[in-house]
Amino acid sequence: MIKQGLIPLLLIFLVALVLMVIPMPVVFDMLRPDWVTLVLLYWVLALPHRVNIGTAFVLGVMCDVLLGSVMGVHAIGLSVVTYFAARHFQRIRNFSIPQQAIIVGVLVLVKRAVIFEVNVVLHAADFTWAYFWPVLTSMIFWLWLFPLLRKLRRQLAIS
Amino acid sequence: MNSLFTRGPSLRFRLVLALACSFSLMFIDHRLQALQGARLFLNSLVAPVQYLAILPEQLLDQLSETMQTREQLQRENEILNRQLLDLQSRLQRFHFLQNENARLRALLGSDARQENRRMAAEVIAVASEPFSHQLVINKGTLNGVYEGQPVLDSKGIIGQVLNVGSTTARVLLISDQSHSIPLRAERNDIRVLAQGTGDLQRLELMFIPHSTELREGDLLMSSGLGGVFPEGYPVAVIKTINRDESLPFAQVFAQPVSALDRVRNVLLLWPPSADEQPLYPEQERAGGDSND
Repeated sequence: MIKQGLIPLLLIFLVALVLMVIPMPVVFDMLRPDWVTLVLLYWVLALPHRVNIGTAFVLGVMCDVLLGSVMGVHAIGLSVVTYFAARHFQRIRNFSIPQQAIIVGVLVLVKRAVIFEVNVVLHAADFTWAYFWPVLTSMIFWLWLFPLLRKLRRQLAIS
Repeated sequence: MNSLFTRGPSLRFRLVLALACSFSLMFIDHRLQALQGARLFLNSLVAPVQYLAILPEQLLDQLSETMQTREQLQRENEILNRQLLDLQSRLQRFHFLQNENARLRALLGSDARQENRRMAAEVIAVASEPFSHQLVINKGTLNGVYEGQPVLDSKGIIGQVLNVGSTTARVLLISDQSHSIPLRAERNDIRVLAQGTGDLQRLELMFIPHSTELREGDLLMSSGLGGVFPEGYPVAVIKTINRDESLPFAQVFAQPVSALDRVRNVLLLWPPSADEQPLYPEQERAGGDSND
């Protein structure tokens, strides 16, 4: 029961991690959606009993290794966001996709704000707007990513 | 209604646990710097993700290579040949000067300079966060890469190795907010310290008095002080000097000579003083990796 659809699930997370580090021209790089957060939020909303704060923590540590930040920075951001999503998953599930997109945007903003604040504490990072542009693109991509992942989940019977 | 989380601890407990783990990880990593071993392991673990990420780009490159026409290749060949000729003639001069320099140094009784050993590497990923400027390259401990190793591109110094995995290494760019590099002005040997600003196009020179002799357009070379970077490689050009007397120091900004946002091939250096040795794959592969 627990094992069902584990491999597709891991593959989807792997794709999200690859998309996070894939090289892109600088202009698009600034607008790169926050793939890992989007995919994680989808699965938290769809399967909160399976994908949870533990998953968020592990994924966050992997982001830290991939992006070379101090260990634990992304883990904090993702854990906090997952907590809100998992707490209110029933409410968020009932919203229409555009409404969800707004909530997802807010959550991505919260995640980025948390990570930025931690970076300020660690090594006095300067504020740049560029770090918050992906909030908008994440919202837009949610409109397309949500149906896609739902289709995948139903076809591959991930539960 | 309580069927969901009855099997495990409550959501709030999980959050507290995750936060506690994250904070202790951060403390161990940032304050105690005690995670380097674990990082080597984890970097090796996630290396497949990074190699997957450059796969599309490599495929596109190969495609565009095969699509190139004969004419384009001929033209490119011609340009490269001309460049080679130019560089070779300069190299002859360089050898002459090098010998002369060695002889003069011997006359003065100072140590002769030894050559650095080099290895080319490719950039396979760029960290996409404004407050950490890093590159990942496709060489690791298996090639003899070590922490703190200087990294160059065709124009000048771009950064140093921050941590290594078995097949990848992470390079901290000179424009990172936490990086600074000791430099020397080429024109008048003034020593300066250039700190990254988080902007790829800008370094800030620290603690420059208002009366400084530096000028806009001065080339800054690495000074070799500090022992990380070898001496005499170009690093940045001074762009603006603001001598506002109300500030304790003059505000001087410099632009790195290499385009840090467009680095694709880098050169790793092993200074003569390094303990590590470069380990080349089977045989030295000259030129690109196009083995057709």
